[in-house]
Amino acid sequence: MIEVTELTKRYGRTTAVDHLSFTVRPGQVTGFLGPNGAGKSTTLRMILGLNAPTSGSTAVDGRPFREHPRGLRHVGALLDANDVHGGRSGRAHLRALARTNAVPRSRVEEVLREVGLSAAAGRRIGGYSLGMKQRLGIATALLGDPPVLLFDEPLNGLDPEGVLWVRGLFRRLAAEGRTVFVSSHLMSEMANTADQLIVIGRGELIAAESVTQFAARGTRSSVTVRTSEPATLAALLTTAGATVQPAGDGTLTATGLDAARIGELALEHRLALQELTTHSATLEEAFMELTADSVEYLAGDHR
Amino acid sequence: MTTATPTARFRDLLAAEWIRIWSLRSTSWVLALSALVIIGANLKSAKYTYDYFPVGDPHPASGYVQVALDDSFNIIAADVLMIVAGSIGALVIVGEYATGMIRTTMAAVPDRRAVLAAKACVLTAVMLGYGAFVAGASFGLSQAVLSGRHIGLSITHPGALRYVAAAALFAPVCALIGLGLGVLIRHSAATVVGTVLVLFMLPSFFTDTHHWTADVSHAMPLTAWRRLAEVDTTNSFVSHYPATVGGSWITFAAWPLVSVVIAAIALHRRDL
Repeated sequence: MIEVTELTKRYGRTTAVDHLSFTVRPGQVTGFLGPNGAGKSTTLRMILGLNAPTSGSTAVDGRPFREHPRGLRHVGALLDANDVHGGRSGRAHLRALARTNAVPRSRVEEVLREVGLSAAAGRRIGGYSLGMKQRLGIATALLGDPPVLLFDEPLNGLDPEGVLWVRGLFRRLAAEGRTVFVSSHLMSEMANTADQLIVIGRGELIAAESVTQFAARGTRSSVTVRTSEPATLAALLTTAGATVQPAGDGTLTATGLDAARIGELALEHRLALQELTTHSATLEEAFMELTADSVEYLAGDHR
Repeated sequence: MTTATPTARFRDLLAAEWIRIWSLRSTSWVLALSALVIIGANLKSAKYTYDYFPVGDPHPASGYVQVALDDSFNIIAADVLMIVAGSIGALVIVGEYATGMIRTTMAAVPDRRAVLAAKACVLTAVMLGYGAFVAGASFGLSQAVLSGRHIGLSITHPGALRYVAAAALFAPVCALIGLGLGVLIRHSAATVVGTVLVLFMLPSFFTDTHHWTADVSHAMPLTAWRRLAEVDTTNSFVSHYPATVGGSWITFAAWPLVSVVIAAIALHRRDL
């Protein structure tokens, strides 16, 4: 279990994390979502005791992580696949880490096999692809067989087979009763993996709920309707209480009325429809909508 | 999931650092090549003395003892040793900062000061071995050359052991200073430049003209090594404020100790 309480981190005048509180429970995969620069990595670093909070606290299984003299058997972490020394072989890298925590050498070969790096383990890490480094990072996290696992953007650089494997691995680790906390800036990555979601934006908590609950937020569906007389239809729909946005070429996007009602209205007024489609918001759209106000780096932004 | 956690033992950290230092190919290459350069430079000056030293038994008061000793570890050898040891010491930690490895290391071992202590211990052992080998081999080979002119010394000659020991210990002293500066500066190039500045340039700013500048000068590692390497003072200039052998040993001990302590405080407090 990971507990984050009123966590705040300031760098000079910038507030990276702002009074953030949440709990990550065992036995589930919890997604940690937010746009770039939302403070996900800073939060994970504070959980691992690498950065000290300005105020507030973090605890893993009831204790601040930095109080443990050795960490691998308590928390396994992959923060950044590039946080490795390129001059060593993958095997030497893992052996040194394993030794610090009195993890037996045989475990190194076990995790190498598990992540599919046995054949490449003798080569220098500098020559690894990003996907291979991600696998090495996952191997590092698994070394100590820990009850809590943290992964920061673990899917970056993985091929489709690798993505499937990682998803399966996370589900399995959670099913074994472990706490699995995975960050991502893409909702689509989490939709198929996570049970719970913690969404942050600009360092503040936006949502902490199950994926199902989160998806229910995106019920604001819209209807696309195309007709030869868009102006007449638009007036009709607006009178009936819908919000209508014309898109040119006779297409209207209406929210506030369902497709059935729009069809009835068109029939009553003898308007021919060429298209009538319902769009229900996806998890991705719910996420975008929710974090729209807190995106740090917006393309084409003139703030 | 393991429930029984084995106790955290310091010797596991030592073993891990031992794996880390030798699993970088550059370590053995740099040590081997620089050892060749140092031994070569010393043999060259022994050969020079062999070629030009007057034939026949030397007069005891001629200062030949110092000549013979200086041929077994000259100033070029000391400079190369200083740069190599200082840089290796710095890279032990800067290599981790520059690559981001430091976060992986400290997430595995949250007790940062223990990691630094283990690094310092392994570095000391490796550099002491290196220094002892380089100084010992240089002494043996150079004295073998000089015995052709009857001025070759044995290690039991008064002062010879101190001479060799000072050269050997100079390696870990410089390496630990490099380690300390590495933690404080954290960037590869800047740390190597900083290490060279501190070890090389700083001593040349302070001369023996005033009492206080002499004191500062004597508290520099390079000056301390020079004093310890001065066994036979027959032909050497003695200043108004001469350095002492005891003070030089203290300098040798204090620099690495203070460096590592400051590094430990900084590493413990700062974000990674």
